[in-house]
Amino acid sequence: MSETDAIPEFKRKDAAGSDVGISGGMSALAAGPGIRSLSEVLAIIAVAVVIIGGTELLLNIFAVPHFVLPKPSQIAVALVTDFPLIAPHLGHTLVELFAGFGIGAVVGLILAAVITQFPFAEKIITPYILLLVTTPMLALVPLLILRFGFGYEPRIIAVALASGPMVMINAATGFRRVDSGKIALARSYGASTLQIFWKVRAPMALPMIFVGLMVGSIFGLLTAVGAEMVGGGFGLGNRLTSYSSMIQMPQFFAVVLILSILGILIYVLFFLLGKKFASWEA
Amino acid sequence: MSAAAPSAQPKLRVKNATKAYNTRSGELVAIDRCSLDVKAGEIVSIVGPSGCGKTTLLWSMSGLHKLSSGEVLLDGKPVNGPNPEIGMVFQDANLLPWRNLDANINFPFEIKGTKPDRAWIDDLLGRVGLSGFGGRFPRELSGGMQQRAALVRALSFKPSVLLMDEPFGALDAFTREEMNQLVEEIWMAAPTTIVLITHSIEEAIFLSDRIVVMSPRPGRVAAVHDVPFARPRSLEIMSTREVFDLTNVIKREIVGEQKSRYVRSSDAPVAQSAV
Repeated sequence: MSETDAIPEFKRKDAAGSDVGISGGMSALAAGPGIRSLSEVLAIIAVAVVIIGGTELLLNIFAVPHFVLPKPSQIAVALVTDFPLIAPHLGHTLVELFAGFGIGAVVGLILAAVITQFPFAEKIITPYILLLVTTPMLALVPLLILRFGFGYEPRIIAVALASGPMVMINAATGFRRVDSGKIALARSYGASTLQIFWKVRAPMALPMIFVGLMVGSIFGLLTAVGAEMVGGGFGLGNRLTSYSSMIQMPQFFAVVLILSILGILIYVLFFLLGKKFASWEA
Repeated sequence: MSAAAPSAQPKLRVKNATKAYNTRSGELVAIDRCSLDVKAGEIVSIVGPSGCGKTTLLWSMSGLHKLSSGEVLLDGKPVNGPNPEIGMVFQDANLLPWRNLDANINFPFEIKGTKPDRAWIDDLLGRVGLSGFGGRFPRELSGGMQQRAALVRALSFKPSVLLMDEPFGALDAFTREEMNQLVEEIWMAAPTTIVLITHSIEEAIFLSDRIVVMSPRPGRVAAVHDVPFARPRSLEIMSTREVFDLTNVIKREIVGEQKSRYVRSSDAPVAQSAV
């Protein structure tokens, strides 16, 4: 590489106005082609206007009853007027999500960091982790309810079980990315195993850790809502079953909308965190 | 420049160094009874066919590899592990991509838990033309700049020995020449003992006081050449008759050794799989 090779790098950065997206390990976070121009953003908004307006119009023309499919305007009204009623349930769901995901992520990260240090243990444990990743933890919720009742516990456990393995398996991929040159570099300064872990392995794994956290938290949200639908009198999932059983479709869709926004916020949070702490991976 | 008294203790002494790896296809001897003395303040290059164990030899000198037998002595004391007196420059710049230039240069000090000598580092950065680039990340630097930063990092803690493992192999010819002049310049200002692995005979001749030619695997010291040109050397000497002749001699030694290996491997077909 010569001096001039750096120039395209700068150009890419300048043209984009900010970082050129997070490729490599972070690419799983970046949906689509990355940075958009103003006209592209306007086009995205235009598409939304057309879809929402068109739906409103069609539902009006064909006089579809709101219990079949509510109009976007009815959903908006329900979202505003019923929000005080829905808000506590949103709070419950968030508690389950934060607690469950928190536990799952911490345990997952620690497990990933530890087992990747022991290739033999890793070989033995990985199939079981894969089993945990692929088994829908929702299936366990009825059992958990039987054991723990209708409170937070079964839901938090289910969320932890759903998100933990996801965090673990991605983080382990990150920790396994051994760059022997960088480790040799640290060793040449006399670095201890612990120093190598914190100063080389962990930063190197960070992009994959963010991927794991993002996927894990989305899985956690999914599981929390699902668990709430199975049993217990609170949470957004409970609102979904309750509103649909009462054929309050505008409110039902208002809750769906809240869940979508929640999911997007989680995605954006981890995308931004990844960009801040793992954008070096170009 | 290699005018140390013959009685003086060598800065770095490699004695009968042998290193064998256990591979799936059996034991592989990378270097076999290599011996080499490097005087204080000397620049020694190691050249040889690829796979001859140059890197193994260098990594053993740095204490990163344990020898199967033999020993490495630094100022008469055995080197058994990473040593604060030894700085390493690796094949690629080996900067940590998540750290900016300043943080990369701070890395050795963080590991060692010592305080960097800012004045010395700023001086080095100025010499290699990287003043004011402290906030840049490696991906924002060209290959030459990255390798210069790696050089600063290796010299930052004032090691008395600098080991360089094909440091400029990834650079284009022009940048490489620049780097060679830079190394000589820095070395003349503050002479350290340098051992350098290179694939470029020209680079070896330009930089070294002595050139060690290694045989194909298992690596042995096949020949040692003195490079008598006065310093500072200019790039013009590279087109002189002496350099031309020396280049040819070394080339023949390397290629000749390789030819004899082919003869051997055709005699014993089993050996081919080991290549």
